[in-house]
Amino acid sequence: MSQDARNPSGAPDRSSPDGHHGPSRRALLGWGGSGLALGAVAAGGAVAAVRSEGATAPVGPSGAEVPFHGPHQAGIATAVQDRLHFAAFDVTTQDRARLAALLQEWTRAAELMTAGHPVGEGAYGGLPEAPPDDTGEALGLKPSRLTLTIGFGPSLFAKGRFGLEDRRPEALVELPKFPGDNLDASRSGGDLCVQACADDPQVAVHAIRNLARIGMGRTAIRWSQLGFGKTSSTTPEEQTPRNMMGFKDGTRNVSGTDAAALKKHVWVGERDGSGWMSAGSYLVARRIRMHIETWDRAPLQEQEDIFGRDKGEGAPVGKAKERDEPFLKAMLPSAHVRLAHPDTNDGATILRRGYSFTDGTDGLGRLDAGLFFLAYQRDVRTGFIPVQRSLAAHDALNEYIQHVGSAVFAVPPGVRDKDDWWGRALFS
Amino acid sequence: MRAVRLSVVTAAATVAALTAVTGCAEKSDAKGDGAVQVVAKDDSCEVSKTKIPAGHVELAVENKGSKVTEVYVLFPDDRIVTERENIGPGTKATITAEVKAGSYEIACKPGMKGHGIRQKIEVTGAAAAERSPEMDKAVAEYRTYVQAQADETLPRVKVFTDAVAAGDIEAAKKAYADSRIGWERTEPVAESFGDIDPKVDVRADGLEEGQEWTGWHRLEKALWQDEKLGAEEKALAPVLYKDLVDWQNRVGKAEITSTSMANGAKELLDEVATGKVTGEEERYSHTDLVDFKANVEGAEKSYALLKPVASKNDAALTASLDTQFAALNTLLDTYREDKDSYEFTPYDKVGKADRKELLDAVNALAEPLSRLAAAVTK
Repeated sequence: MSQDARNPSGAPDRSSPDGHHGPSRRALLGWGGSGLALGAVAAGGAVAAVRSEGATAPVGPSGAEVPFHGPHQAGIATAVQDRLHFAAFDVTTQDRARLAALLQEWTRAAELMTAGHPVGEGAYGGLPEAPPDDTGEALGLKPSRLTLTIGFGPSLFAKGRFGLEDRRPEALVELPKFPGDNLDASRSGGDLCVQACADDPQVAVHAIRNLARIGMGRTAIRWSQLGFGKTSSTTPEEQTPRNMMGFKDGTRNVSGTDAAALKKHVWVGERDGSGWMSAGSYLVARRIRMHIETWDRAPLQEQEDIFGRDKGEGAPVGKAKERDEPFLKAMLPSAHVRLAHPDTNDGATILRRGYSFTDGTDGLGRLDAGLFFLAYQRDVRTGFIPVQRSLAAHDALNEYIQHVGSAVFAVPPGVRDKDDWWGRALFS
Repeated sequence: MRAVRLSVVTAAATVAALTAVTGCAEKSDAKGDGAVQVVAKDDSCEVSKTKIPAGHVELAVENKGSKVTEVYVLFPDDRIVTERENIGPGTKATITAEVKAGSYEIACKPGMKGHGIRQKIEVTGAAAAERSPEMDKAVAEYRTYVQAQADETLPRVKVFTDAVAAGDIEAAKKAYADSRIGWERTEPVAESFGDIDPKVDVRADGLEEGQEWTGWHRLEKALWQDEKLGAEEKALAPVLYKDLVDWQNRVGKAEITSTSMANGAKELLDEVATGKVTGEEERYSHTDLVDFKANVEGAEKSYALLKPVASKNDAALTASLDTQFAALNTLLDTYREDKDSYEFTPYDKVGKADRKELLDAVNALAEPLSRLAAAVTK
C-alpha cells in the first residue's frame, strides 16, 4: 500500500524524504524500520474490513490506526482506548458558510491526525518566519488508535443562528434537572464537541489542540476534560476496568462487536426522524465528582452494598463471577447496579465509554477526581434520562458523588470518503 | 442533609446477612460431595443437611414432583439470597450462593406459586457474634441520648416555627440554628427513617421532580434570601413541627448497634467534610459552624460510649481519637467568643485558607474514626 492510497485528504504526499514539508509520523517510523510501519498498515486494513460491516474490531495492536471513514463515526463502538481529551466548543462566528468551512477543515485535519500524520504543512520545514501548521508534539508517535468524534449541541440549532432550527432532531432534548445536580455552567453545554480517544495521551491532546487552533476566530473552547483509566469497556472478553472508587462498574455494557445491540440501542435508525442523523447517535457527557476522602472511610460492607457487587471479583450480590447475571432482588433497593440495570428501567440501555479523571485538588485539599461519564444511545429520552432519573432519586452512591457538569450532543453519522465531511448532510 | 443515603442502621442490619467476597468460588466448585441435595416434590422439600458451613454453598436440586418448581434461599426477613426458577418435573438444577453465618430458609415452590414449602437451615462459621454486656450498655445509653436530643429539640423547634407562623422574621432568624442542633447531633439515626429527612432537611438542589420543598432550608431561604415570610412559608412552619414530632415519636425505636454507632460517628464528620465545610448546607443563613459543632458533638458522644471497649482492643486508636477530637474542638472554639454559646462566626466570613484548616482537622479525626467500628467488633 502506498502512502497516497492511505492519504484520504488528497493532500500532497509529505512522506517523501526529499519533500520540503517534512515527513509524516508514519514515514518517520518507516525510516526507523519499515517492517514496523508495514505492520501498522496491515492492522489498519484489518480493522477497516470489520468496521465496514457496522461493528468494530477487538483492541488492535498497540499504536494501530483506526480508520476514519465509515458509516458510523469511529470512537463510539470502537474498542475503548486508554486516554481521553474531550472538548466542548462555542461557535463564535455568526456566518453559516464559515461554520461549514470549518467543519470541512476539521474533517481533513482529523483524517490526517487519525492516520498519524501532522496537519497542514507539517510541524517543521516550512517558512522560517511563520509558525508551523502542526504543533508538533505528536511527531514520531504512532496513530495510537486515535479516534475523533464530533457532536452538535442543542444551542447550534437555536433560532436565528445558522438557520438550523428546523433540522434539530426531536431526540436532541435538553436534559431535565436531576435531584442532586450541582452543575457548573463553565463545565456544561457547548455548540460542538470533539471526543478524542487514543492509547497515548499526547496524541489525544495534540488532536484537540490542533483542532482548537484551526477553529480560532470561528470557535472557541468552552471547556474540556482529560481522562485516563477507561471505566467501562466495549470489549466483553476483557476484565471490566475499575473506577476511582475501586469498583468494576459498567460490566454489562453494549459490546462494540454486537451489531444487533448497537442497531437497537446506539445507532439512530432511518425512521427515527431527521434523515441527516441516520447512523448517528446521541451523546450525554457528565462530569461526576466523587467524594474520594469520605468514600475511602466507608466500611467495605457499605461500599459493596452500595454497588451491589463485591470489590474483589466484581461479582453481583450472591454470585461468584463478575459476569454472572446479577440477581437484582438480592441487592438493596438503593444499590447502584440494581437501579442502573435495564430491567429496572424498562430495558433502557446505553453504551458507556467513560473515563476517570483527576484534576489535582480543589483548594480545600480534596482530590478533584471522579468519572467523566460518556454514554451513547439511539435516543436520550429512552436512554440516559430514565436511567439517571432512577439513580438520582434512589442511588445510595449519591452520598459519595455529585454531578457537576453536563452536556448533550447529536453525533452525526460517519464521514464516508474524502469528499464527505462532518455534518455535510446537516448543512446541505 | 443527604438526599438519599444507605442508612447506617440498615447497613448494619444487613452486615450479618449479606454475602461474602467470593475469592474461593473456583476451588469449591467441585460437584457432588460438598453440595446440599434438595429433592423437590409436589408436597415436600427435602434438604440433605440443615447445617452448612459458611462460604460457597451449592444446592443440587432435583424436581421429583409433577409440577414446575422454583427453589429459593432466603434471609430470615424473606429477602432473597438466590433463586432458580422454572425447574421442570424430572429435571435437575444447581444453585450457588455465597453465604455468611446465620439462619436461612430454603423454599420450594411447586407450581411456582405461594409461600412455598420451607425448610430452616443454619449456616455456621466464625462470624457468629457474641453478646457483650458492655456493648449492650453503650447501645442503651446512646438510645437514651438520641431520645433526649429529640425531646429537648422539639420546644426549640416550636420557638422557631411559632415565630415563622407569626411572621416575625427577626425572632425566627434568632431561633433557626438553635432549632437544628439536636437533629444535627443525631443525624445518622434520624436519617435511618428514610421518609423524615427529605421532608425536614432537604436543600433546593436535592429535590426530586414534583417534590414540594418543605422544612428548615425552605424557611431559611425565605428568612435570609427573600427576607419575607409569605402565606406559604407561614403555613409550612407547623408542617415542619409536625414532621419533627414524628421524628421524636419514632427515634427511640431505631435499630442501633455498636457498629452503627461507630459508623454513625464517622458519617457525622463526612457530613461536615462534604456539606458544611463548603458552606453548601446553610447557604443563606451561613450558620454552618453551628451544624458543624453539633455534628462533632454527636460523633463525640458515640465515641465516648464506645471508648471503654475500643480502648481495650486498640489503645493506639483511642489515643489518636482523643487527640484529634480535642484539636478539632479547640480549632472550632476560635470561631466563637463564648464557649458556652452556639454563636459562631458566620461561615461567609470564614476565608478559604481557614476553611481548609477546618477540613484538614476534620480529616485528621475522621480517618482514625473510620476504624472505630472495627475496633469495637474485634
